[in-house]
Amino acid sequence: MSEGVQLSGVSVNFGNFRAVNNVSVSIKSGEFFSFLGPSGCGKTTILRAVSGFISPSAGSVRIGGQDMAGIGPNRRPTALIFQNLALFPLMSVWENIAFGLEVRGAPRAARRARAEELLRLVDLPGAGDKAIAQLSGGQKQRVAIARALAVEPKVMLLDEPLSALDLKLRQHMRAELRAIQKRTDITFIYITHDQGEALAMSDRIGVMSQGRLQQVDTPQRIYENPANGFVASFVGENNVFNGTLDDIQAGVGTFTTDDGEVLRAMVGSGVKEYADAKLYVRPERVTLNPVSEKAREGANVVAVKVASIAFEGNFINIHASDKRGRRHIVQVPNDASVWIPPVGTDARLEFTPDQATILTENLPARAGEDDVGVRQGQSYRVEVAQ
Amino acid sequence: MKDVARRYGFAATVVMVALTAFWVLVLIILPYLFLVDASFRPSLPADQVGGPNDHYTLQNYLTLLNPNATKEFLFLSIPIHLFVFAQTVAISCLVTVITLALAYPLAYILAKVVNPRTVATLFLILLIPLWISELLRSFAWYIILAYQGPLNALLGLFGISPIRWISGYNGVIIGLIYTYFLFMLFPIYGSLTTLDSNQIEAAEDMGARWWQIHRRVVIPHAKPGIASGCVMVFMMCAGALFVPRLLASPSSRWFTEVIMQWFFEGLDWNTGSAYAFMLLLVCTVFVSLMIRLFKVNLTDIAR
Repeated sequence: MSEGVQLSGVSVNFGNFRAVNNVSVSIKSGEFFSFLGPSGCGKTTILRAVSGFISPSAGSVRIGGQDMAGIGPNRRPTALIFQNLALFPLMSVWENIAFGLEVRGAPRAARRARAEELLRLVDLPGAGDKAIAQLSGGQKQRVAIARALAVEPKVMLLDEPLSALDLKLRQHMRAELRAIQKRTDITFIYITHDQGEALAMSDRIGVMSQGRLQQVDTPQRIYENPANGFVASFVGENNVFNGTLDDIQAGVGTFTTDDGEVLRAMVGSGVKEYADAKLYVRPERVTLNPVSEKAREGANVVAVKVASIAFEGNFINIHASDKRGRRHIVQVPNDASVWIPPVGTDARLEFTPDQATILTENLPARAGEDDVGVRQGQSYRVEVAQ
Repeated sequence: MKDVARRYGFAATVVMVALTAFWVLVLIILPYLFLVDASFRPSLPADQVGGPNDHYTLQNYLTLLNPNATKEFLFLSIPIHLFVFAQTVAISCLVTVITLALAYPLAYILAKVVNPRTVATLFLILLIPLWISELLRSFAWYIILAYQGPLNALLGLFGISPIRWISGYNGVIIGLIYTYFLFMLFPIYGSLTTLDSNQIEAAEDMGARWWQIHRRVVIPHAKPGIASGCVMVFMMCAGALFVPRLLASPSSRWFTEVIMQWFFEGLDWNTGSAYAFMLLLVCTVFVSLMIRLFKVNLTDIAR
């Protein structure tokens, strides 16, 4: 069984510092929800407010419809997996897992049986009698998950649990976590500053900055339709043009860069004409073409010079600088058919208006903007099935 | 050893090793050997030492069981020195337990609850009394606890009639707790500072109540500190001299006082040695009991 979590108008103050500012979001039962943001954005504070270690200065936390005010962490239906896992080093693996049952007074045999069952679930059968110090990083991870699952939480809270693992193991554990979540059907609330993790695992992501929720959406929509400049530049890479939005016609804006180039792109929600804005386009949505070739009809064109080429294995990043010396990245697949000009070549950066978005730098999220489809201004995009 | 020699040079290594060896052998082991040897010889006038009467005997130890001077306790009549000895050990144990009960919560609060920035100030407040000698602090308690002293005067303000604090072993117990409290506090505090606070929160998150958190997470982690605190406090209590002398009532005697009497009043160093060796033996038994009880290593306690 799992329960949804509703945060309404949650603010947390530490002295004069407002760590979390009016965050409202409704996390559905059985959902894998990630809070994504840079360190210090307040995401861990939100997690601690849900688990009950801190109480919000304003607003309410509801789990399964029940207000959690005044209910301590030991009486909430949540289980928290700490960043450093916080396993008990003086207890064996099975005692760690069964700790939640032990404090509830379950008999020893039942505890042991449940621990073994959970060890099988996390793919560590027979490790029950080992000491914590004998385990590898990935195994400790699994024990921490098993320990949290043992108390049969309705909501699982994870505070960057994968950050200490190496890349390969991290990627493996991502899939594992996702599988365990699907199998157990528990609501997962995941905290991370790693956008790759959030995009790969989540049903929905809440992007946070400076204590505010900037956007709540599916990974695809976060990536394709960022709500504001912060989301656009924090999630994934973007080429950025500064300038002003002159005119909007049917959702397509005409944008004049600081260099006087005129570009056309989709206009993000809430962006007004004549506003100071930025134009964002993803490196993989941009092509680099020889000056000699004719540009595509209707495409935006920016004259650049190839500055450097970074070979990344499965793809290649071509760095090109424009007239002002600003760097732009063109990402191309590692494929013999793609034109890779030598450094110093004059070339043309091209992208179509529907691949680029005009956004203002930082749009504070409005309270209650917590459901997919709220951002109707971007309805030109194909709706992503949930 | 080779590493030390390589780092500091041969000569310096020899000096270091020699000084350590001198300290251990001449200042610790040798005096104890003399003590043990003396404890098994009769006390003789100076001209007979080394003579035909100077042979090994258990007489000094049997003095402890002297049936001519007894103390009635319940329905038993116990040799007086043995009684004092047993009472010293029992009260030292009691003081250790009370000190532990007081020091553990304080150590936990200092290590885990109080803001780390204010801990330094709190420690300073705890340490200031140590700037004054143990003897003077015991005198201070003698004054505080006096029948017409400040403590009873203070209690009088709340309408409590004066209490005779220095009666039986009360004064001694209060004095010993006060004097050796920090020796319990610091090792426990030290071991608790290394406890990851996330573990406490993890236990709480999994539904443990505060006493379950302490029983399963905090106390097991603090075990080495608790064991070394207990060993230190017990040994210092059993070997204390000033506090039992100053804060004693007519009915309370401490075993160290008996030993001192043999040495300096009875001028019988041999019986004194036997008594001192008995005390040493009990302390050793206590240390090994602690090691057993807490399942810690000797090195953990020495830390």
